[in-house]
Amino acid sequence: LKNVFPDLGLQIITLSDLECDYINARSCCSKLNKWVVPEVIGHAVVTVLMLISLHWFIFLLNLPVATWNIYRYIMVPSGNMGVFDPTEIHNRGQLKSHMKEAMIKLGFHLLCFFMYLYSMILALIND
Amino acid sequence: MQLPSGYGSHPPNYSAPSGHYSQVPNKAGASHLDNQYRASYYPTYYSAPAQNVMTPPVGTSVLNTQESQQLYNKTPPHTGGSAEGPIQGAISSASYLHTSAQQSYSAFGNHYSTSVSSSVASQGFPLNSDHYTMPVVSSAVYPNVSYSVAAGSVYGQAFTSQSLPAVGQFKETNTFSSQSTSVPHLLQQHVPVGYNTTLSTISSAQSVQDNLCRNLTGSVAKVNNQINAGGIDSSQPVHPVSQSVLFTKPGAGTSVSSAVISSVRTPAPSLSSQPRSSPSVTQSPELALQEGMQYGGYVNNQASSAPAPLSSSSDDEEEDEEDEEAAIDSSSTTSSASPVLNNYDALEGGGYPEARSVTSSPVPAPSVPQTSKASKPFGYGYPTLQPGYQNAAPPTPVQPSNSGHHPGFQHYPQQYPGVNQLSSSLGGLSLQHSQQPESLRPVNLTQDRNILPVSSVPAPVPNLNSDLRKLNCSPDSFRCTLTNIPQTQALLNKAKLPLGLLLHPFRDLTQLPVITSSTIVRCRSCRTYINPFVSFIDQRRWKCNLCYRVNDVPEEFMYNPLTRSYGEPHKRPEVQNSTVEFIASSDYMLRPPQPAVYLFVLDVSHNAVEAGYLTIVCQSLLENLDKLPGDSRTRIGFITFDSTVQFYNLQEGLSQPQMLIVSDIDDIFLPTPDSLLVNLHESKELIKDLLNALPNMFTNTRETHSALGPALQAAFKLMSPTGGRISVFQTQLPSLGAGLLHSREDPNQRSSTKVVQHLGPATDFYKKLALDCSGQQTAVDLFLLSSQYSDLASLACMSKYSAGCIYYYPSFHRSHNPAQAEKLQKDLKRYLTRKIGFEAVMRIRCTKGLSIHTFHGNFFVRSTDLLSLANVNPDAGFAVQMSIEESLTDTSLVCFQTALLYTSSKGERRIRVHTLCLPVVSSLADVYAGADVQAVVCLLANMAVDRSVSSSLSDARDALVNAVVDSLASYMSTASNLQQSMLIAPNSLKLFPLYILALLKQKAFRTGTSTRLDDRVYAMCQMKSQPLVHLMKMIHPNLYRIDKLIDESTIHVNDRVVPQPPLQKLSAEKLTREGAFLMDCGSIFYIWIGKNCDNNFIKDVLGYPNYASVPQKMTQLPEVDALSSERTRSFISWLRDSRPLSPVLQVIKDENPAKTDFFQHLIEDRTEAAFSYYEFLLNIQQQICK
Repeated sequence: LKNVFPDLGLQIITLSDLECDYINARSCCSKLNKWVVPEVIGHAVVTVLMLISLHWFIFLLNLPVATWNIYRYIMVPSGNMGVFDPTEIHNRGQLKSHMKEAMIKLGFHLLCFFMYLYSMILALIND
Repeated sequence: MQLPSGYGSHPPNYSAPSGHYSQVPNKAGASHLDNQYRASYYPTYYSAPAQNVMTPPVGTSVLNTQESQQLYNKTPPHTGGSAEGPIQGAISSASYLHTSAQQSYSAFGNHYSTSVSSSVASQGFPLNSDHYTMPVVSSAVYPNVSYSVAAGSVYGQAFTSQSLPAVGQFKETNTFSSQSTSVPHLLQQHVPVGYNTTLSTISSAQSVQDNLCRNLTGSVAKVNNQINAGGIDSSQPVHPVSQSVLFTKPGAGTSVSSAVISSVRTPAPSLSSQPRSSPSVTQSPELALQEGMQYGGYVNNQASSAPAPLSSSSDDEEEDEEDEEAAIDSSSTTSSASPVLNNYDALEGGGYPEARSVTSSPVPAPSVPQTSKASKPFGYGYPTLQPGYQNAAPPTPVQPSNSGHHPGFQHYPQQYPGVNQLSSSLGGLSLQHSQQPESLRPVNLTQDRNILPVSSVPAPVPNLNSDLRKLNCSPDSFRCTLTNIPQTQALLNKAKLPLGLLLHPFRDLTQLPVITSSTIVRCRSCRTYINPFVSFIDQRRWKCNLCYRVNDVPEEFMYNPLTRSYGEPHKRPEVQNSTVEFIASSDYMLRPPQPAVYLFVLDVSHNAVEAGYLTIVCQSLLENLDKLPGDSRTRIGFITFDSTVQFYNLQEGLSQPQMLIVSDIDDIFLPTPDSLLVNLHESKELIKDLLNALPNMFTNTRETHSALGPALQAAFKLMSPTGGRISVFQTQLPSLGAGLLHSREDPNQRSSTKVVQHLGPATDFYKKLALDCSGQQTAVDLFLLSSQYSDLASLACMSKYSAGCIYYYPSFHRSHNPAQAEKLQKDLKRYLTRKIGFEAVMRIRCTKGLSIHTFHGNFFVRSTDLLSLANVNPDAGFAVQMSIEESLTDTSLVCFQTALLYTSSKGERRIRVHTLCLPVVSSLADVYAGADVQAVVCLLANMAVDRSVSSSLSDARDALVNAVVDSLASYMSTASNLQQSMLIAPNSLKLFPLYILALLKQKAFRTGTSTRLDDRVYAMCQMKSQPLVHLMKMIHPNLYRIDKLIDESTIHVNDRVVPQPPLQKLSAEKLTREGAFLMDCGSIFYIWIGKNCDNNFIKDVLGYPNYASVPQKMTQLPEVDALSSERTRSFISWLRDSRPLSPVLQVIKDENPAKTDFFQHLIEDRTEAAFSYYEFLLNIQQQICK
């Protein structure tokens, strides 16, 4: 029940994502791409920890998001500069879809945060 | 045109909407309130970096009355106005019997309602026949011609609406549409909504500071250059190193004594017979150490540029008016303009009995005021006789008092070339009256076999009143896929046609008003340049046509230098021309305008020497050295590479050019950074020496590797202080150093019908490099001359994102493939001498409510509407896709403005502005009526390229077919009484299926036919970067029969008689063995000669006695003194003159193996892998019925 920690970094990402329109695409994308791998790893680790500690509900809740993260990371075309590509981010409404995705994730992590907090307090009381 | 003076009438135009807008903060006004910029909005706004377009605040405008230096090329008044008379006569001679002719002029959003209606009433029955249909209709009798009237005012009046019966069937799966909105098919009361509902959220883009202020010294600051001189010695058996020079690296602070950095080549033994060609051995040891200072200067320059927001706004607001379905409303409201209201439905004609079994396409009356609707004459199917669409009155004696323009029609000289001058001017005149109905005339595609026009396909003319139409931007520079903009996204989705713009902004223009003015008048909030479509509220204020903000007219603008009069701001050239060029002041500069800098990066590996391209390149350069665009500061440099990178020291004062070899390709550096790019004029002799020597310098090389990546890195370092143009010549797959590539093509998969892989880049190296270059205002142009697979998909990235251009010469060989060699020569001549713009940015603005969501072309998109173009050339075309974010119900006109800010080769900062104005319509029929099929096809081609890279080729092909199927199905369901078993297209889209089939048979998208991957990728690159005119020739070449040119009608151009043969269908059925045919594919002309071709033709035109003696490879027509020869040559040169690239000519005999090149362009024919045109139509029909 020591799983409260991984969320802060992700929120920073979403915030910088929101900012995306204010800064130049090149630096925005490189900033965002830096966080993609930690996010994927962090989330995967949390998910696996849940599985190990046999918290089935939370595990199942996390699984789709973790899968999506990994899928997104793997499906980047070889010529692109990462999940966020500065040459394409302004095309085909990509900016919008990235933003939408970030918002959904933010909501998800907020939900998780309170759930973890609740279960942590519950665990402390039980102790 | 009834208006007494040209623009005097404009204030009332917009006075109605002003009520709406004045209440509501517009976009930029809102961003002003945005707390991001609350404190210092204007300062930051105006001090944007130079790439951004900017002006000083308007308030500081200097009163400058001395404007003698201004240059104005007034567009001469249109000729051809005299044609009106005959036409009137012709039309009146046609026996019309109108028993009841009523018409309404609800002109254009109320603008001219008062004046127009009165004048029209006096006109009686207007000239509403158009000239296309004159022969057909001349004997027709129309017992019932009556017109229902559209609502007179958009702004105040609610429409009663009735929905179409058949509209409910639309699938909302527009394949290209990014958002599929669900359209309620409801009968709905539609009330125009002001902008109050659509206050958008504002977000402003910040500066591109990172790009600009990147550390320029980075390239210099490398210290770890440890090279083993011995390595060079051993690796250079041909050019032994005789001397090693110790270099110091400037910029690093300490003089780093790295080991031997480079070595100077002595002449190779084999070259000793040519002493001039050998580089000199002397190496001046003192290298300029002030390089660091120089770089520092640039850094300072860059740093001092205030990082400011680019202030672009994006509307994230979703269409909250989507459910507001005005699309299919057909208004039957009467207005005061028409006392008689007729139910047009009752008058709907039946079928036209003989020729067409199709009934007419009585389109439900649109509710837009501008399109007052006429009913069909009874028993006749063509809606061509409607006077309804005129929003401008027919030619009357009333003339506008401004500037002597004829009000009659818009005349585009480029558009109607040649012999059709008269007919085109007739067409122009009639277009004004009934172009829309003509473009809506239903065409039965399966029955009508001859749909190609006689000469080139004209661009549709927007249905504007003649004043605006006259001022509108030329369709050659600026075209929209829909010349009638749908009012809502829902309507656009229903039409199933893409909405977008095709731009050719830097086109070579014969006349262009250049304006020198200390104040460039722009809208204070959206930064739009003042243009012909703004309205002057009074003498002192003008209203922006994009954001509707009211701005002050600066004092200087009150003076008109053209007429030398004061107080007529609406007659300034900016307001009289939709394409103008401003000479920008220093406010538009971030740093002093850069000089023209050209760097040539040449592949000298064994493969390259074998192909022999160096001779051609050096020869072309030598010939055009003086014609390179530039001023006294022009600089030039050369880099060659094989497995090492060679630099050439051309510093003035040397007796011979010096070659410096860097073999440390993993960590490339510049040996003498300041003497590699030299002033063209000061070092001209050295440059000439080098160019003469270069082709022979590497003749004996055995180096097969190619270190393209390191050479490019070096080139980037060399260019980054100034920016400029890098021209890369590459002949094989890069195999060494950074950016090395592996062969990905499987030759067995070339003709696969399933998946085509590897259309995207293999590595992001070239993309990163291109972005770096773009940040330093450097463009990379790629010339790929390879015989084998070279992974163009990866290499092309270096040009795509740095705004360069790409040339590809498959199986290039100087002697074995003379056609390609000639093509390279001609391309190079054009490439070296054409206009060039440096450090350019382009911004595309559009009326509030529209937004751009995808860009196509070669550039880097820096913020939502700002394209960064390191170089811009006259042959570059761009395309953008747009969406309608907010309903456009409040406005009857939308405008698009492209502003291209660039540094000319003479070091002047200039802004070229194009403005296009289009009407807004609310009915689906009008959207179809205004469709520009060529623009639609070109935009679809761009979208399909994206789709095939991001998804798959088969997806892209399906999407292309679906585009036709969906739009035609949608059209057929609007015209409810069409027989569903027929494949009907509106006249405006009758070529759509043909063009789509042509696209599917292009190298880029074809399957089943063996296509090399590089060829395919190159075709895709061309689709993305070519302007519309060139792209259309590539998609659908023009075929002419040329063995009987003497009989054809002719035109006179510059004292030459030019025959005008009609366009032929691209089908083998048109080819006869007795004939000779010319196919114009844009970049190449094929002349196909049939077996039994007339001997006289062969003798006179080709200069050979008979068919058998015509050689297999023939690329020129001899000058024979015969009429047919003269005619043929004048025709070909006339075709050539119309484009910048002079195409290569290729004569093909019937049994020539090269004839497959010719026959693959006959796209209407069946091939083993693809449909014929007729089969394709049947296939479409099947899918529609499904």
